[in-house]
Amino acid sequence: MMFHKKRLVLALVGSSLATGLVINAFADSDATQADEAPYQGLVELGFPAPQEGELVHVPPTMEDLDTADIHPELKKVIRYGYELFTDTQQLRDEYVYNDMNCSSCHLGEGRQPFSAPVWAAAITLPDFRGKNQHVNNLEERIAGCFAYSMNGTPPEYGSDEMLALSAYHQWLAKGAPMYPSQPIYGRGFPAPDEPAQEPDYARGEAAYQEQCAICHRDDGSGHYENGEYVFPAPWGDGSNNWGAGLVRVDTAAGFIYNNMPLGQPRSLNEQDAWDIAYYMSSQERPQDPRYTGDVAETLERFGPTFHNRSLYGQTREHDGHVLGDHANMGEKGDVIPWNVGMPRFEQLSEE
Amino acid sequence: MNKKQWGKVSLLMSACLVSGAAFAQAQEGDAQRGQAAAATCTACHQANGGGMNIPGGESWPRLAGLDAGYIVKQLHDFKEGRRQSASMMPFANMLNDEQIADVAAYYSQMPITPAQGGESASEELLARGQQLAERGDWDAYIVSCKSCHGPGGNGAGSDFPAIASQHAGYISSQLLAWKNDERSNDPQNLMGAIAKRMSDEDIQAVSAWYATQTVSEQSDNSAGEAAQ
Repeated sequence: MMFHKKRLVLALVGSSLATGLVINAFADSDATQADEAPYQGLVELGFPAPQEGELVHVPPTMEDLDTADIHPELKKVIRYGYELFTDTQQLRDEYVYNDMNCSSCHLGEGRQPFSAPVWAAAITLPDFRGKNQHVNNLEERIAGCFAYSMNGTPPEYGSDEMLALSAYHQWLAKGAPMYPSQPIYGRGFPAPDEPAQEPDYARGEAAYQEQCAICHRDDGSGHYENGEYVFPAPWGDGSNNWGAGLVRVDTAAGFIYNNMPLGQPRSLNEQDAWDIAYYMSSQERPQDPRYTGDVAETLERFGPTFHNRSLYGQTREHDGHVLGDHANMGEKGDVIPWNVGMPRFEQLSEE
Repeated sequence: MNKKQWGKVSLLMSACLVSGAAFAQAQEGDAQRGQAAAATCTACHQANGGGMNIPGGESWPRLAGLDAGYIVKQLHDFKEGRRQSASMMPFANMLNDEQIADVAAYYSQMPITPAQGGESASEELLARGQQLAERGDWDAYIVSCKSCHGPGGNGAGSDFPAIASQHAGYISSQLLAWKNDERSNDPQNLMGAIAKRMSDEDIQAVSAWYATQTVSEQSDNSAGEAAQ
């Protein structure tokens, strides 16, 4: 018993803190911690407590999978999805052309609140997505990560890899309601409060060197040992490209504020988080796969739906460099992600 | 002096500190000279640099194959009181900067030795150790050891030492020291923050796990061959 995880049970709906919350916890038969509120540990670390009316979901773990009453073949596929999620580098040079794993950004194996927990996609999709202006399902959403965050090209819809990854997402959503009407606790990378001062490059650089460089290196190239990466690259060819969600300054600030330095979430103040995000977002990375051949034109086309929150196409003040004004696609070279710009539902739009 | 100016001064100071540290590490140690200077170390750390696991006592860490920059920093920290150890302090004090660089080079080039202290651990304890080492326990906000100490726990640069094939008694004493605020010379409290969230059983588990991990010479200590 000593090493069993603290289990959460549905009984805690009755406790005072949980009143009014919609709580989904993966209840296990050996549950012992009936009186503990979910994510209390996070609250002690400075995260907000679940609010009344929020959907609070505690995803099952891989240990829970071992004992789950589902078909053993499904367990195998979910485990494969977990392996792909935490070691996406096994798809290097086939679907992945940078140094990232899914779990580089979705910390805690995709289960962690305030670290864009991925089960949320499984219960909110299919839905309209502003980024590509049509209705996406879970597979298309995952495909987007391959094209942008992994600077690669996605496995085919319905392929073993795609099915396994979506099965892992769906497993993590076990017990959560489909199409919830409540807001989801800890969803995405929520941005910290607006800083007292406008985010600043020089301040961001100083804070980066002080807080981040020990792992991510002073040039943002990340850290490798024996050819294997330990700390991912926040910019450059090893990192996500200009079309990834994390290039939006507020999203980057949210990731940093809620998750960095690793093991010390919410230890930076809001100003530092915004400044570091601004500095990081002011560095070069592989071109957006939606690139038209001209940075200004690309910005004009995708500004309203995406780049109005990034620094793409902006001129860096200290050296006059125009961000994203290059044709460097990173390691993927001529590989074109097949999902980018793929027309959908044309017959419906004509109606 | 206003706040902004102070910020610049402290930035300048930290820049000096950083370049100072870089200089100390850049100072090439001489392994041959290091062997002579290390004569005083062998009583505890052994001639092969393997150290010794001492159940119930103070275990002596394996130094063989550790990163030279890491050893240099620890010796300076002992000398200057940033890392407390009644046993190490007098020996560190006997070494000047050049000798520190030399012994660090000497030990870093030795082949990695096996570790003790995990032999009698139960399967359950080792399983928990492996989980913490490779995946962490995010429900307790314990990130995996490998996320900083590298794949296999073989270390990452000079800041994140190798912990695979290190004696269980040494790993657990250090984690307990961090947990109890008796060690704090890690950069940015990166280890301290995690150690404080670990139960004593977690510490025991992860120490046993890494002590049972043997490290293959070819992939992880290519420098060791050069030294032979």
